Parts: sequence; C-alpha cells; structure tokens
Amino acid sequence: MFDNIFGIHEQALLLHGQRIGILANNLANADTPNFKARDIDFAAVLGSSDEQLPLTLSTSHAAHIAPLEGALPSGELKYRNPYQASLDGNTVEMPVEQAAFSENNVRYQASLQFINNRIAELQLAIAGQ
Amino acid sequence: MSLFNVFNTAGSALNAQTIRLNTTASNLANAESVNGDPSKVYRARHPVFKTMLDPSDTGFDGENATAGVRVLGVVESTSPPTMRYQPDHPLANKDGYIYMSNVNSIEEMTNMISAQRSFATNVEAVNTARDLLLKTISMGH
Repeated sequence: MFDNIFGIHEQALLLHGQRIGILANNLANADTPNFKARDIDFAAVLGSSDEQLPLTLSTSHAAHIAPLEGALPSGELKYRNPYQASLDGNTVEMPVEQAAFSENNVRYQASLQFINNRIAELQLAIAGQ
Repeated sequence: MSLFNVFNTAGSALNAQTIRLNTTASNLANAESVNGDPSKVYRARHPVFKTMLDPSDTGFDGENATAGVRVLGVVESTSPPTMRYQPDHPLANKDGYIYMSNVNSIEEMTNMISAQRSFATNVEAVNTARDLLLKTISMGH
C-alpha cells in the first residue's frame, strides 16, 4: 500500500519544481541578447516517468526498426517559439513567461495540496477517529 | 532541487539589473558634462549581458536547465559627441568649441524603466520560490 501513496503527484511536484527553475531562468535572461527561452513539454516529461504514457513502438522482432531519436515525444528541454521575434535575438516574451510562471506556481501548489490531503487521509485512518 | 536554484538565477538577474541601473544613473548624471577634448568627454556606458551557465546544475537530462545572467563588461557608446561653439566657456578648446557627452537622455529613461520592470519580475520570482519552499517544508502539517 505504501509503495505509491501519492500517485502521480510526487513526480508532478518534482517536475513543477524543475520547471520553476527553467522559467525563472527565462525571466532572468529577459534582457540578454541572443538568449533563447526554454521550457519543457510537461505532459511528455511526466509521461516518460510513467511506463504507459509515452507511446513507444515495441521492437519485439529482430526485423523491427527502432524509432528514430526525436521521433517520439521525449522529456528534453525545448526552445520556445516566440510570437514576435526580437531584433537582438532574444526570444523571451515577458507576458508569456509570467503567465507560465504563475500557472506553474498554481499547479505546484495543487500537487502539494493533493499530497497534503493524502497525508491527512492516512493520519485519519491511522488514528482511527 | 531546482527551487533553490531560483534564488541563484533570480539573484544574478537582480545583480545585473542593478549594474544596469547604476550605469543609467551615471549616464544621466553626466548627460550635461562637457570637455574641450573630444577624446576625454564622457561617453554613455552600457552593460553587456550574457547568459551564465551553472556547471553544477545538470538536473535536466544532463543539460543545464537553470543558469543566470552576468554582466560581461561595460562598453562605452561610440556615437560622436556633440560639438558646440561657446568660446566663453572655460573648457573650450583653442577654436572655441566644447564637446557635449553623447548621452541620450530619452534612451536612458527607457532603459531605466526596462531595468526596473525586470528587477521587479525577478523579485517576484524569488518571492514565489520562497513561498513554495516554505509550503513544501510544512508538508503534512
């Protein structure tokens, strides 16, 4: 029972924590020439930590061809596509980054809340009252 | 954990923006400086920002996810200083000319606003990271 108490929220929390670092870096380099804003494909990364979610091709026969690297969604850092390119080569767009930052903030707190609720649930079950 | 790196990243940006504000203040203070020698007149200074990678942080698939920003150096503007004929000025050269600094006050003011906004954004990032860390520490209470 205690192998997987928190379900996906444990990994989601870690990933949201990492994403905050990436987004904070984008914000920090908002005025750096030639800096390219980066982000992760959250669903793909979270999926890659679960065995079922990323749709991999199984190569069960010797004649099967393994998929090319990059052909399937992976959990690597990606570059953001700017809505309007800037002349100094910087692709950080403040409103986009701020929105992503606050969205990630809410999602982090949501994951945390789920974990807290689970802990409270278990404490209630253990105390039995 | 990346949440702690936010402090380094945002801190480096706060530092860089402070240097930018300092150069702006210096430029505005010297906007009216004059000299009789064009090579000695004050020239507008601007910092050059560069992304700084943190080699210790290889959290994301071995790639540097978080970094920061640092000031590579401060460069002087190369635009020519304005010449003005004012023979009664104590600093005028033998032909009666003085040279004004090449500071563009409007450019400096917009730079200042931009630096202020970036500074505020990074302070907000630090506050958010701190709040989240505090909430994480009190997990289960």
